[in-house]
Amino acid sequence: MTENQLDQRMMREDLAAECVRLAGRALSVKRRFLAMYKKADAGHVGCSLSCAEMLVLLKFAWMQDRDTFILSKGHAAAALYSLLAEAGLLSQDQIDSFYAEGTLLPALPPVNAIKEIPFATGSLGHGLSLCAGMALGARLKRDERRFFCLTSDGELDEGSVWEAALFVAHHKLSRLVWLIDRNHIQGIGRTEEVMALEPLDAKLRAFGFRAIVARGHDFASLLAARDQCTRILEHEDAPVAVIVDTVKGHGLRSLQDSVDSHYLPLDDAQYAQAIEDLTLAHQAAVRGYQNAG
Amino acid sequence: MRDEFARAMIALFRERTDLVFITGDLGYMALERVAEAYGDRFINAGVAEQNAVSVAAGLAREGLRPWVYSAATFVTLRPYEQIRNDLCLHKLPVKLVGNGGGYGYGIMGATHHALEDVGALRALPNMRLYLPLLAADLEPVVGIMARDPWPNYLRLNAAASIPAEVGPFAQWRRIKRGHRCIVIGMGPVLGNLFELGDRELLDDIEIWSVGMLPFDGVPDNLRASIEEKQRVVTLEEHYGACGLGEAVSHLFATHAVFPQSFSCLHAVGYPTGRYGSQRWHQQENGLAGQPLVSRLKKLIYG
Repeated sequence: MTENQLDQRMMREDLAAECVRLAGRALSVKRRFLAMYKKADAGHVGCSLSCAEMLVLLKFAWMQDRDTFILSKGHAAAALYSLLAEAGLLSQDQIDSFYAEGTLLPALPPVNAIKEIPFATGSLGHGLSLCAGMALGARLKRDERRFFCLTSDGELDEGSVWEAALFVAHHKLSRLVWLIDRNHIQGIGRTEEVMALEPLDAKLRAFGFRAIVARGHDFASLLAARDQCTRILEHEDAPVAVIVDTVKGHGLRSLQDSVDSHYLPLDDAQYAQAIEDLTLAHQAAVRGYQNAG
Repeated sequence: MRDEFARAMIALFRERTDLVFITGDLGYMALERVAEAYGDRFINAGVAEQNAVSVAAGLAREGLRPWVYSAATFVTLRPYEQIRNDLCLHKLPVKLVGNGGGYGYGIMGATHHALEDVGALRALPNMRLYLPLLAADLEPVVGIMARDPWPNYLRLNAAASIPAEVGPFAQWRRIKRGHRCIVIGMGPVLGNLFELGDRELLDDIEIWSVGMLPFDGVPDNLRASIEEKQRVVTLEEHYGACGLGEAVSHLFATHAVFPQSFSCLHAVGYPTGRYGSQRWHQQENGLAGQPLVSRLKKLIYG
């Protein structure tokens, strides 16, 4: 084996180990928010499952403590709460209060209650503008922090998103990364049937973004997208949009890729099945990462 | 008021390092010197008011103090949810500046008039409104707003010319004394009372200007004057719903101020469906000239 081959093998092994580490975090985050939803008898399971891996990527493999994240698709707040708990930033008592009377953790992000949640979101089409304002403010203060915004794809129907996209591109806010949870499902239908978004990557490029596509439930693909973003942020004076191809309700045998997964709480059988399926899927993913390494 | 506002903003920029000025692509022949003074802190955010307001919220979250300028209707109604969610709920000190309150844009027509801006913003939590009357009000108003930790709205218009000495800007100002009736108004429409051409009528009305909403209370000297005259009329270049008249009536009802007569003079919109200058619309709505004289005489003399 040549030195070059040896280096490449070590890199593959490092990547595999990193994917396994992140997959473990993702499983923990998912199990926590599924338990939260089950206890609350609440919906919005599907939109949390579609973005769980990218949230884990951001928190545990991309963002630094000083960076800022905006969950514009606030309906996945439980996933964010679970992520913050995973990072030790929310307590179990707080997690247990999800949906309870008097809680600071409502279904969608709260106002001025949690340091890591700078804005209450979920009325769609606000997050990218808010993120743009913060990124611009940091630039004016000569601050090198980075800003990450996660929107849904149905959210892209909002005109304000495209106002924000024009603004971000015009001002070359290259410390801002825009992730789009492309699960192809919106309120009560599939995006391409309700209000077609494709070709989304071409639209984003036409607006002045460097557009990257990643597979949202595959940490190898997400890490590659991260590295590509980092290269662009370091070498190009342009903002980046990452279209993260996902499945709504990913891992729910009976509900995934359906509108139902957005609204319906899990019954006891579905919950038990979901935990079992997620565990099995995790084990399979880990084997896949290790074999690739 | 635009010129005085621009001068005040330039002066403020010399004192503070945290300002950012955002315009929604308006301010021709008014903001050029602001742009020059502010440099990279002056941003034309284009014809995109929703984004402009949320961007301002983001800037404020970063510790900056953004001012967002546009026409009164565009900076209040188009981005209303952004104002509610991103500014008011989060209590972020973003300053909205609306030019041409009421019929200020005159012959531009109904889409450019702002007859519900005050009511719309008055409904929001943590929002304070500033309603200058005179050109000389702008410098103190801008200073007060800069120190106000709440989100604010500043309603600009062509300033009133008052042929009398008027005290410094405040929530309540007695503009002149009178014998029989108290007129409480907001903004430069109050100046129309000095152009009625009826000396006896003018002598009979006492004029108060409201400069800020929501109210903090009823001044003692206003309460005393109402007890003496027992007749109050409100005057506003704004629809009645949620406007000054409703604000004052609620204030009085909750502070045990009960004049024998209480009337509201306000805009009703476009009763003939025709368009004209600001003054033309004011007259058509009974807020200026002979129509205003007639309404006041009926209210005061029966």
